[in-house]
Amino acid sequence: MPRSILSKLVWMAIAVMGASAIGGIAIHRGEHINALWFIAAAAGTYLVAYRFYSAWICAKVLVLDETRATPAERFNNGRDFVPTNKWVAFGHHFAAIAGPGPLIGPTLAMQFGYLPGTLWILAGAVLGGCVQDMVIMFCSTRRDGRSLGQMARDELGPVGGWAALIGSLMIIVILIAVLGLVIVKAMKHSPWATATVLGTIPVAMLIGIYMRGIRPGRVLEGSIIGIALLLVCVWGGGFVNGSESLKGYFDWNDMTCAWFVMIYGFAAAALPVWLLLAPRDYLSTFLKLGVVFMLAGAILLLAPEVKMPPLTQFIDGTGPIFKGDLFPFVFITIACGAISGFHSLVSSGTTPKLLANEKEIRMIGYGSMALESFVAIMAVIAACVMEPGVYFAINSPPGVVGKEAADAVAKITSWGYPVTVEQMSALATEMGEKTLFGRVGGAPSLAVGMATIFSTTFGGKLLDMWYHFAIMFEVLFILTTLDAGTRVGRFMLQDLLKHVSKPLGDVSSYPATVVASAIFVAAWGYFLVQGVQDPLGGVNILWPLFGISNQLLAGIALTVATGILIKMGKLRYAWVTGLPLTWLAIVCTTAAWQKVFSANPAVGFLAGANDLAQKLASGALPPEKVASAPALILGQRIDAALALLFAIILWIVIADMLRMTYRFLNGKQVQPLSEAPHSPTQLAWARD
Amino acid sequence: MSTPLGLPGNLREDLQKLWDFVREVSGDDAYERYLKRHAKVHPDLEPMTRPEFFRAEQDRKWDGVTRCC
Repeated sequence: MPRSILSKLVWMAIAVMGASAIGGIAIHRGEHINALWFIAAAAGTYLVAYRFYSAWICAKVLVLDETRATPAERFNNGRDFVPTNKWVAFGHHFAAIAGPGPLIGPTLAMQFGYLPGTLWILAGAVLGGCVQDMVIMFCSTRRDGRSLGQMARDELGPVGGWAALIGSLMIIVILIAVLGLVIVKAMKHSPWATATVLGTIPVAMLIGIYMRGIRPGRVLEGSIIGIALLLVCVWGGGFVNGSESLKGYFDWNDMTCAWFVMIYGFAAAALPVWLLLAPRDYLSTFLKLGVVFMLAGAILLLAPEVKMPPLTQFIDGTGPIFKGDLFPFVFITIACGAISGFHSLVSSGTTPKLLANEKEIRMIGYGSMALESFVAIMAVIAACVMEPGVYFAINSPPGVVGKEAADAVAKITSWGYPVTVEQMSALATEMGEKTLFGRVGGAPSLAVGMATIFSTTFGGKLLDMWYHFAIMFEVLFILTTLDAGTRVGRFMLQDLLKHVSKPLGDVSSYPATVVASAIFVAAWGYFLVQGVQDPLGGVNILWPLFGISNQLLAGIALTVATGILIKMGKLRYAWVTGLPLTWLAIVCTTAAWQKVFSANPAVGFLAGANDLAQKLASGALPPEKVASAPALILGQRIDAALALLFAIILWIVIADMLRMTYRFLNGKQVQPLSEAPHSPTQLAWARD
Repeated sequence: MSTPLGLPGNLREDLQKLWDFVREVSGDDAYERYLKRHAKVHPDLEPMTRPEFFRAEQDRKWDGVTRCC
């Protein structure tokens, strides 16, 4: 049989498999559905989209030119500009974009049932997220590897540039606050988790010293020793938890955990990178890749049953984990698993400086995001293999289901998701925890799911070790994002501060570093403390804000990309980025509008603030809540202002792009394309 | 064809390739790459020593957005 026919048949088979798996998931009713259906649907979708849609975009829209020298070749300095083997560049890019977001967002979104989240992860990734990453990577590669902010300034003008800068800074603040909250909720009153997390800090420093002073640059050696030590930390946490005398020192409440996270973040931003950030980054990257592949293997081997129903009654907006209707909040909550604005910061500026040839943009840009979205599908599976009653018991804040275990199970069972106190305490004991009730934030329930999958695959033992291994894994790379984010935020802040005061903008001055780090940590710390004090568990406030800010950044990136496509004379293909942009603009604006103006105090920030103010004035608040009420009221008003600001920034950038398009199409003068001129590549190895 | 290790020739080659890949992607062989490039581009200049090279590299590598959410 000729190859072309064979290949057509194979692709047809993949397409049919993917389509029938999606159909199977969508129309499945009745008892349980196997997780392999999700894997098949995901694999089919990504493969077909990669083979056909991304190829079409590269050939017709971007017109990748393999004869054109990349910035890595033209500016090769052996340091940041280096033409790199495409698999190595893929590894770097994937490690950079893979973060905790696609694990946490999908876990939270499962309160709507598995179907809406799964469909959006698949559709959003292949039509939105992958396209964004790839097109931005293309634009940056054609512009000497410039960053998104610079491209926004060059292509749209100063307004777009400023919006991109402020947008990136704000998203980092909210991102770190919400990730900090996730850590706090995983650590509070868990001596095992707290001791393990604390143990990872000296391990990172030790490896830092090892790689810097003892065996300079032996990265693999250092990382292997470090990972072995991390496993010792997990075991050591268990030892602490088993010892009555030690246990008390690590049994922290959530405010103590929050202070720990803030002090840690400040130290990480102010200390030299080699001591904490660099070694932690190595360890978390290895662990991240290892665990992701291990989880994929375990799911394939185990083929677990998904117990969550396809849809729950909470699509009406009354969900316990966060409030708000299916539209727009499933999209805002999934965020990074489908389309992540943050990726545009790596896809511009960082990865383009490694590309040896333009044609690799397809695999590295589109392919990495498809893989990242697959990680989100695994998080869906890990959340849904639990009994739904257990899932809701772990993830529902006490403010919603009640402080007492008996009240919580009664309430959750009354929703139609049966669960008992005995079941929850047996589970907690198995996982080596005192209680799993009200452990909001997604990380603990993901850890329970992962521990169950791993432990069953490897012989059904050591659930408590696996659980704390999973917690350690999540916290480790959340802390890496937190360190790196605080550092980047500090630099961006200093960049802004230099307009006000020259000495504060000096990134090499130690006092300026300390001041800027403190200001930046205080900024995210404010939101973190607000989340910790929130009676609804904080996730209800912070995760939607994070989702909106992340999708806002994606909106800015897609706007810049659409503007560039139009100026390249590709108006008829501008929908490639224009359609996802339109959808994001609708989702973001609706979500921001509801979070600000909804009359429901659990959804709208202003209504929430007014409701609390009224209760405070009328004396309806219990005495222990009176003290924190004024701060919560102010906090919700600040959140409202922020959500509004996000929506306004997005529309300013879109309006700027439309203004530019109008002028361009009418033959008026616009900022010219800032594309670098074509120069032929000499790198034969990368072209062939 | 077999090799001294008893592995078939191409399996050994594949394992070597995999190892090289792991070293490159992790940055373990960065100094060797630097030396090679340095000898080609500035044969007249003394290259940095291994500790010097890693000191210079580390500050650059973690400057900028390298990790996402």
